[in-house]
Amino acid sequence: MSGGVTWTVYDVDKLTQKEVYGVVLCDLAKIHPEIVGLSADLAQSTKIGALGEKYPDRFFNVGIAEQNLFGVAAGMAKVGLIPFVSTFSAFASMRACEFLRTDICYQNLNCKIIATHGGTSFGPAGTTHHSTEDLSIVRAFANLTVIVPADAIETAKSVRACMEVKGPVYIRIGRGFEPRCYESEDYDFKIGKAVELSVGTDVTVIACGTPVQHAVQAAKILQQEDGLSVRVLNMHTIKPIDEAAILRAVQDTRRIVTFEDHNVIGGLGTAVADVIAASGKGCAFKKVGLPDEYAIVGYPEDIQNHYKIDTEGIVETVREIMGRDFERDEDWEDEV
Amino acid sequence: MAITEQEIGELKARAKKIRKDIVDVTGWAGGAHIGVALSMTDIMTILYFKYLSLDPKRPDWDDRDRFVLSKGHGGVGYAVVLANRGYFDPELLKEFNHSGSAFGMHLDGNKVLGVDASTGSLGHGLPMAVGMALGARVRKKAFRVYCLLGDGECNEGSIWEAAMAARHYNLNNLIGFIDRNHLMIDGLTEQIMRLEPFADKWTAFGWKVKTINGHDYAELAEAIDFAQTYREGPVMIIAETIKGKGVDFMENKVAWHYGGLSADLIETAKQSIERSSP
Repeated sequence: MSGGVTWTVYDVDKLTQKEVYGVVLCDLAKIHPEIVGLSADLAQSTKIGALGEKYPDRFFNVGIAEQNLFGVAAGMAKVGLIPFVSTFSAFASMRACEFLRTDICYQNLNCKIIATHGGTSFGPAGTTHHSTEDLSIVRAFANLTVIVPADAIETAKSVRACMEVKGPVYIRIGRGFEPRCYESEDYDFKIGKAVELSVGTDVTVIACGTPVQHAVQAAKILQQEDGLSVRVLNMHTIKPIDEAAILRAVQDTRRIVTFEDHNVIGGLGTAVADVIAASGKGCAFKKVGLPDEYAIVGYPEDIQNHYKIDTEGIVETVREIMGRDFERDEDWEDEV
Repeated sequence: MAITEQEIGELKARAKKIRKDIVDVTGWAGGAHIGVALSMTDIMTILYFKYLSLDPKRPDWDDRDRFVLSKGHGGVGYAVVLANRGYFDPELLKEFNHSGSAFGMHLDGNKVLGVDASTGSLGHGLPMAVGMALGARVRKKAFRVYCLLGDGECNEGSIWEAAMAARHYNLNNLIGFIDRNHLMIDGLTEQIMRLEPFADKWTAFGWKVKTINGHDYAELAEAIDFAQTYREGPVMIIAETIKGKGVDFMENKVAWHYGGLSADLIETAKQSIERSSP
């Protein structure tokens, strides 16, 4: 953790993911004079404006110009500042895609991207404002660390922890209305290390972002109603992914389901599948998210229900995968 | 910082040497953006040998002036200038474009000493230069940021996003140049995508504009002297240039945007440079 930061999310019930981000950033800016903030006419919507109110000479609104936003941030990082750049994740990953990749990731600059309105969290806004491809896109950028916090508490922890990474970090959060997953900040958050939120041996649920808290609820229901022992991994870091936790899950439970507010192509599910496939070990596996289509319009909770990434959907999918037959071979030695 | 006749003579001699080196590297590389590199040589020479505050022995010196080659495909010219300025052994350029070399045709700042920004994709350099100039202000540093753009590059929308921001923030520590050689890969700039009235566009975006002959050292010096003392905002120096300048068979030829040179052509090219002015 960054030394000297004492602020805690004591009134998290009243603070959304985005508000937490703004508060933590101000706190960090107090002890790191090299922190500057940038946005593209979304200072209010992304809550990075909180930094601007406190440190007006360290906040820059470049207008509705996302390409320039990331180029300017790169230039500032090049002269020794630590820019925090905030815009909607659809624009960070797509409108400004090449500027993020070429100016920031290729040059390996110490720049932090806080991409808000991730996934379908801006549901009624429609496809132009949904961000269901960003993880797939940014995961392919070398040098970039990719984090998807589960809630406001984890957002606070991510924003602090990203200061320890000497390079670019992409933190994808929601719109700010997401329910919380954690009770307190009293848990071990380490970039690249999954958090085990439920101990289990029958099946492993791996999730990131909003679906994490649904997975925790689903695990309780499955324990009560089906007697199932469900392991829940909060895979808050998509890159570098916690390979060891995935391999343990393969070995211990042999059934894995992933849930993400993202297209099933290229995001969390694909990252987990890569690790499973490379292990050479047999495992019943399913990835759940948007099935390669543009999401329906609706409130986020309705969209999550529609695509089975809410509690009900997770329960249903876990039951389905428990019924799936696959060759069970307890001899791990003969597998590649 | 007025320029003397003696300095002009020295800079012209340097530019001749740099142009010949560009020809050599193009030969070693098996091909390079030679036409592009030759049109910007005089701008680069006067910046690196007269105006930029830098120290090749301390490439990371925090207070140095920054230079961004927004037209990153001028990399071969940039590399030769940096080698001549003492950032690295010119012998290294024998590996230019070769497999495993630190030198690709668009220079990587994490591999090549003296390169302040990695560029190549057009429309990226000016936004980064704006960030550097803003960063200097935040850090209360006195260094200036110089940015060299291509004319064709100004088709990119991001250039105009950055142009707006530079004026909005009144970046009087930012000095832009446009290598106005009137040619892009597919032909004349005015035929492919009209830029004129080009100076008016920059003026309308709030920049102070100076249009000069980009091969005339007295005009270059006067424009840079003006830009360094102008306090109202950013200055754009539109430098009228000739693509392939100095090599008679390349001048104003679209075909020499990128090309390779046989041993015979290398000799012919160098002889042409020797005869040329400046």
